[in-house]
Amino acid sequence: MLVKNGLVYQGDKFEKLDVLIKGTKIERVAPSIDETEATKIIDAEGKHVFPGFVDLHTHLRDPGQTHKEDIISGTKAAAKGGYTTICAMPNTDPIVDNIATVEYIKRKAKDVGYCKVSVIGALTKKSEGKELTEVASMLEGGIVAVSDDGGCVQNTKIKLNAMKYVSNFNIPVIVHAEDYSLSAKGQINAGTMSTKLGLGGIPALAEEIIISRDIMLAENLNCHLHIAHISTAKAIQMVREAKSRGVKVTCEVTPHHLLLTEDACDNYDTNTKVKPPLRTKKDRLACLEGLLDDTIDFIASDHAPHSDFEKEKEFNLAPFGINVLETSFASLYTGLVMENKIELTKLIEKLSTSPAKFLKINSGLIKEGCLADITVVDLEGDIHFSAETMVSKSNNTPFINQTFKGRVDTTICDGVVTWGAGTKS
Amino acid sequence: MQNELNFVGRCLYDLNDYTAEEIYAILEASKVMKEINKRDYKKLPTLKGKTICTLFFENSTRTLMSFELAADRLSADIVRFASNGSSLAKGESLQDTVYTINAMGIDLYVIRHNLPGSPQLVHKHTGKPVLNAGDGHHAHPTQALLDIFSIWEKLGSLDGLKITLVGDIAHSRVVRSNLIGMKKLGAEVTVCGPKTLMPSQMSEVYGCKVEYDLKTALKDADVVMGLRMQLERQSEGLFPSLEEYSKLFTLSKETMKYAKKDALVLHPGPMNRGIEILPEIADSSRSVILEQVTNGVAVRMALLFLMLGGRM
Repeated sequence: MLVKNGLVYQGDKFEKLDVLIKGTKIERVAPSIDETEATKIIDAEGKHVFPGFVDLHTHLRDPGQTHKEDIISGTKAAAKGGYTTICAMPNTDPIVDNIATVEYIKRKAKDVGYCKVSVIGALTKKSEGKELTEVASMLEGGIVAVSDDGGCVQNTKIKLNAMKYVSNFNIPVIVHAEDYSLSAKGQINAGTMSTKLGLGGIPALAEEIIISRDIMLAENLNCHLHIAHISTAKAIQMVREAKSRGVKVTCEVTPHHLLLTEDACDNYDTNTKVKPPLRTKKDRLACLEGLLDDTIDFIASDHAPHSDFEKEKEFNLAPFGINVLETSFASLYTGLVMENKIELTKLIEKLSTSPAKFLKINSGLIKEGCLADITVVDLEGDIHFSAETMVSKSNNTPFINQTFKGRVDTTICDGVVTWGAGTKS
Repeated sequence: MQNELNFVGRCLYDLNDYTAEEIYAILEASKVMKEINKRDYKKLPTLKGKTICTLFFENSTRTLMSFELAADRLSADIVRFASNGSSLAKGESLQDTVYTINAMGIDLYVIRHNLPGSPQLVHKHTGKPVLNAGDGHHAHPTQALLDIFSIWEKLGSLDGLKITLVGDIAHSRVVRSNLIGMKKLGAEVTVCGPKTLMPSQMSEVYGCKVEYDLKTALKDADVVMGLRMQLERQSEGLFPSLEEYSKLFTLSKETMKYAKKDALVLHPGPMNRGIEILPEIADSSRSVILEQVTNGVAVRMALLFLMLGGRM
């Protein structure tokens, strides 16, 4: 396969190059490669050629909640969004706290998926925050990290033991930082909007206290802590300071925390109900600043699909979560790159190169010898999100019925087209 | 009647959707309704043939009674949906419940719900005008309108009046709606209560003053409103005891000395005598607490009348 005439991501710049793919890998990247060298040509004239996006934080809902999403629909949504590798979070039903469930996801994704799926195992059994999981066994099944995401270990002693135990296996512990005693009954960020709407508030402190605790544990244990969906200015500052003194801490931010604030919750739109909650403008700008100065390592989707009937409820009764995979690039490109808040090259680094490096996969770059994980994007192309156009089983995005620039035309994963012309159906 | 203002088909979620001019029009209409309520024959045929549904998902005696009386006096038909023993107990969603009720032909909904934003949801799924009779800690616009009416009737314009609201501000929908309405009509509003019962950023959101000391808060007030203090806040760890609460925040002869001499006293009820307000104040000549209840029926009649397009 030959991707011809595109503007190809080369780290800090884009160059007009051709990309020749042989099997699963990139064979050659050069200014002009003869069309006779390939049987299939993808014309990328006027388009951008990025390394496939990599997502560290996806809720595939499979097994157990397949009315919201399953491995087929979730990976298809990923391919449509330009992703070639995603990581499945373990809060399914049952929880991914054993090798059998890990293998189920890996096998099904391999058989019927539209992208590669890595699995994150639970940190504690049933993610109840009580007993440790069989991390070594799950590693045999191929997990890449452990997390009780969706929940948070409240007991400090158990968290300490879990991090200590996991540190032996050289994989990160991912924390969803939430002090339950402070977030209880909370629906949106504690601030002007919660006061105005009469909704329970989730204070920034609920996130910051756990992050502060876990950074101290990571420092004490010399263990790799990864902070999921960081959302407050103070939390980002804590990570910045911890990194500067050499603590093994990394963190991610979601597209919605980079693009939206609590103001989006006005009118009780349950598609804006998410954990951590959409915060203040100050926090949003701190997320952007942290991304630009590399305090925040990469962007992760926290794709959390929920059915219409679950979201069409009183705000307090609707579940937390936003559907992200299909909207992430276009929303970030339109909301940040076109507004000159971030360079396109930086955005690609944060969506692909950096998370690929984190996962230690041979992806995230377009150069000879790398896996042929490639996304061809038409930056001028419009993409509209509606219940009709979304390929995810759910439509719970605050960007529903909106149009953005930056349409993914073709996604190639391991040398196979997974979205766009020639997609397998 | 101010013909150029249009209320027909609109919802009343809270007072922020209504201009000062529209609020005054509601007050004027309420005044007419109050006159009617003083008659021997308290009934108008004006909403004959209209059907009003009261959806009460939270216990209420006085608000429900007030709405039903208001609808009765305008000759509308009323159906009542109370959540106890209903399909909601069988797990039906609010969406499906209102789809079902709406299929029976309802012209206007009055909803009371413990979860904020529910009135918007009812409108979304019915397309009918919805009158919010209290949603969680969010809003209670008819209470605010009857409070404002009670002040307006006694003191005339609210412009420049100093109004102090005292008590559990955090859990009060009455305070939130009153703040919006009173500020729109030009009053200077101060809220006062324990720090643990004060929501964040009150002054940014509502443009009110925030005080934690009752005497300072009451200084030169023209109007003072006490709020019901609920015992359950004690078990939630928000204050130590009703006794200490009362020591700091009760409206008494002693504390009311700091307000203007003839300051009006309001309370949305039900009252905890001896806790947030002493009988010496609640039953004094400056109290309009019972008058508020009378005005409630008039205000609700005016709203139903205006929203359903009745003609005088």
